[in-house]
Amino acid sequence: MKYFPHTQQDIEQMLQAAGLKSMDDLYGEIPEQLLFNREFDLPEAMSEVEIRKFFESLGGKNRQLVCFAGAGVEDHYSPSIIAPIISRGEFLTAYTPYQPEISQGTLQYIFEYQSMICELTGMDVTNASMYDGTTATAEAMMMTVAAAKKRNKVLVSATMNPKVKKVVETYALYNGIVVETIAEKEGVTDLAELDAKLQGGDVAGVILAQPNFYGIVEDYTGVAEKCHANKALLVMNANPSALAVLKTPAEWGADIACGDGQSLGIPMNYGGPYVGYLACTNALVRKLPGRIVGSTTDVDGKRAFVLTLQAREQHIRREKANSNICSNQSLMALYVTIYMSLMGHKGLKEVNKLSYAGAHYLAEQLVATGKCTLAFDKPFLNEFAVKTTVCTKKIQAALLEKGILGGVRIADDMLLLCVTEQRTKEEIDLLVETVKNL
Amino acid sequence: MIRNYDKLIFELSKEGREGYSLPRKQFDGCCMCKGLPENLRRESTPELPEVTEFDVVRHYTNLSNKNFGVDTGFYPLGSCTMKYNPRINEEMAAHPAFTQLHPEAPAECTQGALEVYYNLAASLAEVSGLSAFTLNPYAGAHGELTGLMIMRQYHIQRGDLKRTKVIVPDSAHGTNPASAAVCGLQIVEVKSTANGTVDVEDLKPLLDDTIAGIMMTNPNTLGIFETEIPEISRLVHECGGLLYYDGANLNAVLGKCRPGDMGFDIMHINLHKTFSTPHGGGGPGDGPVGVREGLEHLLPNPQVKKDAEGKFYLDTDETSSGYVSNFLGNFGVIMRAYTYILTLGRENVKMVGPLAVLNANYVKEALKGEYYLPIEGVCKHEFVFDGLADKSTGVTTLDIAKRLLDYGYHAPTIYFPLLFHQSIMIEPTETESKETLDEFIAVMKKVAQEAIENPEVVKSAPHSTPVRRLDETTAARFPKTTYRQMKG
Repeated sequence: MKYFPHTQQDIEQMLQAAGLKSMDDLYGEIPEQLLFNREFDLPEAMSEVEIRKFFESLGGKNRQLVCFAGAGVEDHYSPSIIAPIISRGEFLTAYTPYQPEISQGTLQYIFEYQSMICELTGMDVTNASMYDGTTATAEAMMMTVAAAKKRNKVLVSATMNPKVKKVVETYALYNGIVVETIAEKEGVTDLAELDAKLQGGDVAGVILAQPNFYGIVEDYTGVAEKCHANKALLVMNANPSALAVLKTPAEWGADIACGDGQSLGIPMNYGGPYVGYLACTNALVRKLPGRIVGSTTDVDGKRAFVLTLQAREQHIRREKANSNICSNQSLMALYVTIYMSLMGHKGLKEVNKLSYAGAHYLAEQLVATGKCTLAFDKPFLNEFAVKTTVCTKKIQAALLEKGILGGVRIADDMLLLCVTEQRTKEEIDLLVETVKNL
Repeated sequence: MIRNYDKLIFELSKEGREGYSLPRKQFDGCCMCKGLPENLRRESTPELPEVTEFDVVRHYTNLSNKNFGVDTGFYPLGSCTMKYNPRINEEMAAHPAFTQLHPEAPAECTQGALEVYYNLAASLAEVSGLSAFTLNPYAGAHGELTGLMIMRQYHIQRGDLKRTKVIVPDSAHGTNPASAAVCGLQIVEVKSTANGTVDVEDLKPLLDDTIAGIMMTNPNTLGIFETEIPEISRLVHECGGLLYYDGANLNAVLGKCRPGDMGFDIMHINLHKTFSTPHGGGGPGDGPVGVREGLEHLLPNPQVKKDAEGKFYLDTDETSSGYVSNFLGNFGVIMRAYTYILTLGRENVKMVGPLAVLNANYVKEALKGEYYLPIEGVCKHEFVFDGLADKSTGVTTLDIAKRLLDYGYHAPTIYFPLLFHQSIMIEPTETESKETLDEFIAVMKKVAQEAIENPEVVKSAPHSTPVRRLDETTAARFPKTTYRQMKG
């Protein structure tokens, strides 16, 4: 299919109107040696019939597995009505709402998104969304350094998801920020070490995870006070779905909350698109990167929404901006907004309860096989680490034969397993039975 | 009436309503109420709406009616390449054989997905004349940042640590200097000549051993091809720097010339522009980054590779520039762009640039009487007017933009580039027909006429949109960014 409407007659008329003789004249000023003069090494055009067969065949090379993997990406239920709504061309094919008069749809759902993210995190303000949780955390780190002015050291807990940590470290490397790791003790952040590192008086920010990489819900009592006493900001990377039941970053006293919205019903999509969220206290709003939508009125007094506080952004501040963020992950923000609307606080709580029950059932049953023990004696929601007597490579291989993605391998004797509301008792029992028989 | 719909989802909420459908409890005795310690639990209840599924469907359908997309009408937003987004791309991206893959699934179970990634990367390398691509960056600005990390890492690994400055033309998009600053580079601005291209004489004295490279778009933000690019490439390379190509304007040259052949070492491509993945109201996009031969190892991790037996695998290179994303970028967007390339095929991909350029020149020539064209000559995919030709009316570019909304068009990009005071940047793209362009030309002429005969109607536009001009000052002075703040 060629998607171009031009007939030969159109082309001739348009060239003539533009005062040109041939299509080559459109590129007449370009030095001859720069012109590309061969055929592209690409396949010939495919019809829709061929395209469908082509991707059906490629899809056949993937294997559909029953998912017990998490590590930041969870296999949650996605309500049927979300896809058709976000596929409406008015949402799908719009761009950044530069013309608010004809973009109230986008602007209002972003306002609703911001409202809901602030409800879940307890924070005062959030932007219109970020690419994903890893980059949102990197941006949070840069916010702490921008706010601290003369400090450039950031502490990251060893219990942070390694994928997040790697992106944070990459941004830090080029941005001239020093990242130090706070050690881990029995699966949780070593708070004594955090305390000691804060005493140096040179820390701009502390980045912690909730739940952490091992699925553990960490107890951060007193941490915010210690950070603030040492003039460091506290950043909490939190799973937003879990925040329906867990103490919020605001309740822990965090200054910035960030994370990935994938757990709010977004399909796993082999890693993306997801949506990052980044929220903060009112005191930090001028340091918050990205788009922000605010409410206002039009000349007739009608309620309306508009991009606001734009003096922070790159198109105004250029190299003085704290971030190079230009757009947001708008359609995925709409995705999670519709999800949160459907679930409400009761539905989200129910998702957590169901996942919690499944995960704890799996943990009990695995321990009962005698082949696994819980790696840590700490509270968790829907993800946990087990120590295994059999090599985890062998366990995962055996599970794969049964069509099960058997978690994420942390070490030869440690496996991270995640259960969502989508896992049935039969699926869990099959996993347990397979491990038992090894 | 539909367009007067003005409820927030929160305002539809009624305690006791439910919009979800979850499985029943399967496990007794595993209750969160008992297992999770009190001090780890949330104290407050989040105020999320309590609504039915039907409420949600109507609400967001009504909101969509207050939006304008490419599907709605002509969207000549300069530098954004708002072309038609084919639905077959959506259908393929939604294929469950791909959407249900967990990123931790072993490569043996994701061969189809890895093949898509690998083949799209190879296709991008072919059309851009570079050696290898990563598809991991999530957007154009993210691609810029990734590309600059590669540039810095290249110098670092050569032990050339003095190179901490990057040259950016004064006409560049704001993300260029912002990305450079986030990457720890200082910005040196190079001036434009009267015809909008990089001033080579101004460039020469800037080139020394502290220069990491130069960031350029070609054609530039004025839609002008930088014909001196071979000379610029020679000068920058001679001084030891690298050339970065901002792919924002790649649509102009797709099929006619390639950044790699122009001498660029690193580039990013906006899949949501040139390769027709939907803009989604601001995202998700994807910003693949390509490099010339010899720089491949610097692409971010993980990298997708193919072994001797044709199996795909994930690789991490210790000498790479680092990690910039959760996994392999916005994979769903990658699916769409690959579908687009396959449906166009080699015979049509090469027509994208020429037809986009034809459309731009057709509109430019038709309107240059009524609007002031500061730079004459053949433009590429877009061009810039500096407001109305008749400067006596008091009608500004903003007024013209707002009046166009009344006539059912999205406005062009306005007040960018910053080189002119009243910039109107128009990019029609190749998927618009002569008839659509003729109608747009007629309306633009009509607005120019109105500016002379009835300026008030233009200055107070828009009149027929769901809302009219907004009070942006109050919005910024007393920000209300959540429903909770709005309620007070």
